[in-house]
Amino acid sequence: MRHIISLLMENEAGALSRVAGLFSARGYNIESLTVAPTEDPSLSRMTIVTRGSEEIIEQITKQLNKLIDVVKLADITEGRHLERELMLIKVRADNPGRREEVKRLSDIFRGRILDVSEDTYVIELTGTGSKLDAFIEALGAGVILETVRSGTTGIARGERTLHV
Amino acid sequence: MKLSGAEIVVQFLKDEGVEYVFGYPGGAVLHIYDAIFQQEDVRHILVRHEQGAVHAADGYARSTGKPGVALVTSGPGATNAVTGIATAYMDSIPMVVLTGQVATPFIGSDAFQEVDSVGITRPCVKHNFLVRNLEDLAETLKKAFYIATTGRPGPVVVDIPKNITDPNIKIDYAYPDRVEMRSYNPTVKGHTGQINRAVDLILDAKRPMIYTGGGVVLGDGAEELVKFTRTLGYPITNTLMGLGAYPGTDRQFLGMLGMHGTYEANMAMHECDVLIAIGARFDDRVTGDVKQFCPEAKIIHIDIDPSSISKNVRVDVPIVGDIRHVLADMNRVIEASGKRPDEAALRRWWEQIEQWRAKDCLRYDRNSALIKPQYVIEKLWEVTGGDAFVTSDVGQHQMFTAQFYKFDQPRRWINSGGLGTMGFGLPAALGVQIAHPDATVACVTGEASIQMCIQELSTALQYMLPVKIVNLNNRYMGMVRQWQELFYESRYSHSYMDALPDFLKLAESYGHVGMRIEKPGDVEGALREAFAMKDRLVFMDFITDQTENVYPMIAAGKGHHEMHERELA
Repeated sequence: MRHIISLLMENEAGALSRVAGLFSARGYNIESLTVAPTEDPSLSRMTIVTRGSEEIIEQITKQLNKLIDVVKLADITEGRHLERELMLIKVRADNPGRREEVKRLSDIFRGRILDVSEDTYVIELTGTGSKLDAFIEALGAGVILETVRSGTTGIARGERTLHV
Repeated sequence: MKLSGAEIVVQFLKDEGVEYVFGYPGGAVLHIYDAIFQQEDVRHILVRHEQGAVHAADGYARSTGKPGVALVTSGPGATNAVTGIATAYMDSIPMVVLTGQVATPFIGSDAFQEVDSVGITRPCVKHNFLVRNLEDLAETLKKAFYIATTGRPGPVVVDIPKNITDPNIKIDYAYPDRVEMRSYNPTVKGHTGQINRAVDLILDAKRPMIYTGGGVVLGDGAEELVKFTRTLGYPITNTLMGLGAYPGTDRQFLGMLGMHGTYEANMAMHECDVLIAIGARFDDRVTGDVKQFCPEAKIIHIDIDPSSISKNVRVDVPIVGDIRHVLADMNRVIEASGKRPDEAALRRWWEQIEQWRAKDCLRYDRNSALIKPQYVIEKLWEVTGGDAFVTSDVGQHQMFTAQFYKFDQPRRWINSGGLGTMGFGLPAALGVQIAHPDATVACVTGEASIQMCIQELSTALQYMLPVKIVNLNNRYMGMVRQWQELFYESRYSHSYMDALPDFLKLAESYGHVGMRIEKPGDVEGALREAFAMKDRLVFMDFITDQTENVYPMIAAGKGHHEMHERELA
């Protein structure tokens, strides 16, 4: 099962490597990992997407909680939640027909064209990972010059919060 | 009080109540060593190799319950310490290791004797710190001791760059009495509902079994455990790390369990209907094949570390908390319930256990013309009145000691259980002797293990530490040889110890007493003579049977009921 684990940790040098080291040392898989400071600059919020049986996920959350730098943790996939990923994608747009087609496709996926050159577009797209996958598939391999994805971030719906 | 960083380190250790620091100087810690030189409250023990410093601090910690402290320099000082740190981590030993580091402007420049100590030690510490500002030094040290000694204990490394200890830069210092950490609050009290559920299960058991580990020793829970076990009248087994938490000479004690555990302990595990696991972590050397582990049992597990629970084996009633508190609560609940265990069922269970015990699974050939290692340990137990601190290295001698030295008290059996570190025994024994100057301290070892930290014989002379070394010399890496005999058709690949030193002369050259014992009839006399020399280190080189194996044995990956036994003619 795919799980999204959100955690608040001390915004200190080396904290990220403690989490990454834990996953590699214990053989847990990481699908994506994102991290940035929160509104409280002493705290970082990390989002880890991982896969495993219930037993493995239980161990992952326990082992993460055991890290001294981890302040709080939640498996947001346990309840109703939102998840979003940001993608920037550079595509070939070197003739009027292709420029028109890429623009139309981008509109359909609610993308935004951020940069235009003679031969290229840079498109910004947010959504769930599967929406981004669908856009990549719709564009087709021949058009894509470069892809960068942020990895998934997420938040619980409603009153549930991960806060100190 | 205005102090330099170096002076803060030393003053803090004094304020924290640290009596001894085990260490080895070097460039990055010279300021600290200069501060140590100028005072007498914190005493420094100079070892001969940084691994020895950490093992000695470890022995000090295991035998006292107080945190061990080691001080090493940057680079090779830190890397040499890593084996000791990993040893302490695997066995959850409270320890603070101070490592020197190159000055902050040089960090990351591949400076002389620079390694990323925080990076290298990260997977084998409970936590570690790099001190970047002098203002943070005292609080960081306080956090290190707090983390090392609370919750599930463990080693904490504090990496201190040389410029932080500059004697010319002084700041105000006040000892930080306490420290608050929003991200670290270990659980102490067990959940009342879970305790009640556990007690119901315990009192309804027909074939109960108590299985306890190092957590009872570390958590000072032995007294409550004895009360708990005696009140119920249930059988109990200890893991390698848990020996001494329940008296080894008591009738309710079935001996150690696991790979080289007794037949009665392992069979009782296999057939019990309620298993009470206390401060134990279901290690693979204990469980064997987890699919066949305690197939009929409901399992209660008490542990301070939530991540130990249901890690290897699913448990039915988990209780997270401090062992001593939880056992005290359970003892109260049992007493208040007015309920008693099922006497008839318990009688039948003990009858079954006594049948298993009657197999006498630890028997060995007592008529051999060669010295049997088991015999040496039996005599060691007799000669020391069962009251010595005994350290060991790793291998057959370790298992023979665990099987044959009946520890009646906690913190007396000191060995590297989790990491299995050869070379641990001698420096650990030195740490124990320093903590307990008047106690009898023995180091049981083998001719392979002892050579991994033998340089510490020099430390022993410098501080006049009268440890008694019991070297079971079979000219083999005994446990490697045993596995090669059993699982590799006796192809003894590189397990033979050729070109051994003359240990008698070696001991003498280090300024100690050496003895060589070659006949069974001389064993007891030699031990008595050695232990009578109260102020000398004595190295007893026992020339033992080369072919002796440790039995019983459960091969790796087998169930508790699938034991190999010794076949005696």
